[in-house]
Amino acid sequence: MYASEFEYYAPGTVAEAVALLGKYGDDAKVVSGSQSLVPMMKLRLSSLKHLVDLRKVPGLTGITESGGFVVVGGMTTHHAVSVSELVKKKLPMMAEAAGNIGDAQVRNLGTIGGSLAHADPSADWPAVLTALDATLVIASAGGERSVKIGDFILGPLTTVLQPAEILTQVRVPLPQGRYGGAYQKLPHPASRFAVVGVAAEMFLDAGGAVQSSRIAITGLGPKVSRASSVEQALQGKKPDAAALKAAAAKAADGIEIRDDLIGSAAYKANLAAVIAERVLARAVARATNR
Amino acid sequence: MASVTITVNGTPQTREIETRVLLVHFLRDTLGLTGTHVGCDTSQCGACTVTLDGMAVKSCSLFAVQADGRSVGTIEGVAKEGKLNAMQEGFWQEHGLQCGFCTPGMIMAACALIERNPKPTDHEVRVGLEGNMCRCTGYTNIVKAVQTAAAATAAGKR
Repeated sequence: MYASEFEYYAPGTVAEAVALLGKYGDDAKVVSGSQSLVPMMKLRLSSLKHLVDLRKVPGLTGITESGGFVVVGGMTTHHAVSVSELVKKKLPMMAEAAGNIGDAQVRNLGTIGGSLAHADPSADWPAVLTALDATLVIASAGGERSVKIGDFILGPLTTVLQPAEILTQVRVPLPQGRYGGAYQKLPHPASRFAVVGVAAEMFLDAGGAVQSSRIAITGLGPKVSRASSVEQALQGKKPDAAALKAAAAKAADGIEIRDDLIGSAAYKANLAAVIAERVLARAVARATNR
Repeated sequence: MASVTITVNGTPQTREIETRVLLVHFLRDTLGLTGTHVGCDTSQCGACTVTLDGMAVKSCSLFAVQADGRSVGTIEGVAKEGKLNAMQEGFWQEHGLQCGFCTPGMIMAACALIERNPKPTDHEVRVGLEGNMCRCTGYTNIVKAVQTAAAATAAGKR
């Protein structure tokens, strides 16, 4: 399959890149790892006229710790996140999620920023980064702005990114106290996208009860959802097996679930509860052992 | 049109190409290196796997212009001076193929895998080759082939 014709640019700076995007507007698109955009171009689901490749822009890759945040460059590949010692130690659920995206070849090219900007409703990063309360840094000709992950994704393949903006950084606050996080999904057998994926970050108080939690689910609805009912059910409780099971049963509450070829809404709702229970147990174990 | 210079199996190749030419089509149609196969053409099957700066990638999932200035390795560059490399030898010895269509991609992915993880477990081999599909062998012999190659490579380096 051949994409429609386009002009290709590989600018050397963010300023040049946003200038190109500003010039060509809706006819232009940024390419990062190309694992979603190029297949869409081949299927002619996207017929952009100008492709702006960020691969030569310095400073967009890498993972550092700075001012209480783990800062991940937008062009950092899933593979790089999955093997980062810093991520494995401080934010293990990120490494876990990254190492199970697509397959080895996809992880070698696909990037965290590209995935977020693409905003597939079954992608892993939105759930994980929602549970971790990440902030995204977006660059444009006018400078930079920061957007909370919860405000970033509007719907399927739709974000707040404007045509002449580039997602340059993902900033994940380092959790404080007795915290533990986990992510798990049932991968689609062909694409490895999440049929359902649940991410949980749990905070325990000195007595071992749940102080707070952030739980996010991908794959069920048109975009990542916060499982508020689960969070409320856990609040202040001792996180024993019965409490986790009861809370996890509410995982799909309030989410408008998509029926598709993989399963009915009822099947997916059940799956969400099963996966949520396992994820909560792992997050609690990590928090307890911290 | 765009001018690209891509180092393929160690040799710089400069060509004028359409920007929409995929890396796999550049290799097969422009350079005549037909060892890299097109299977699904939808980034699922891994038959088109090559290395890009040493990393296994699916060459149907990026345009050749994105590889400008970079190094690509294909199955044609694996054997040296007419001698199969350890991975090819492993697939030969363990009967890691039947029809052979997936084999170039399997070998490129497997070479990158043992480069990164010289002593993988069987499970790690299976996970590492998740992006490569074989519709003949059921993978058992492919895992054996990779393990044979990993052992031979380790022995050779001792």
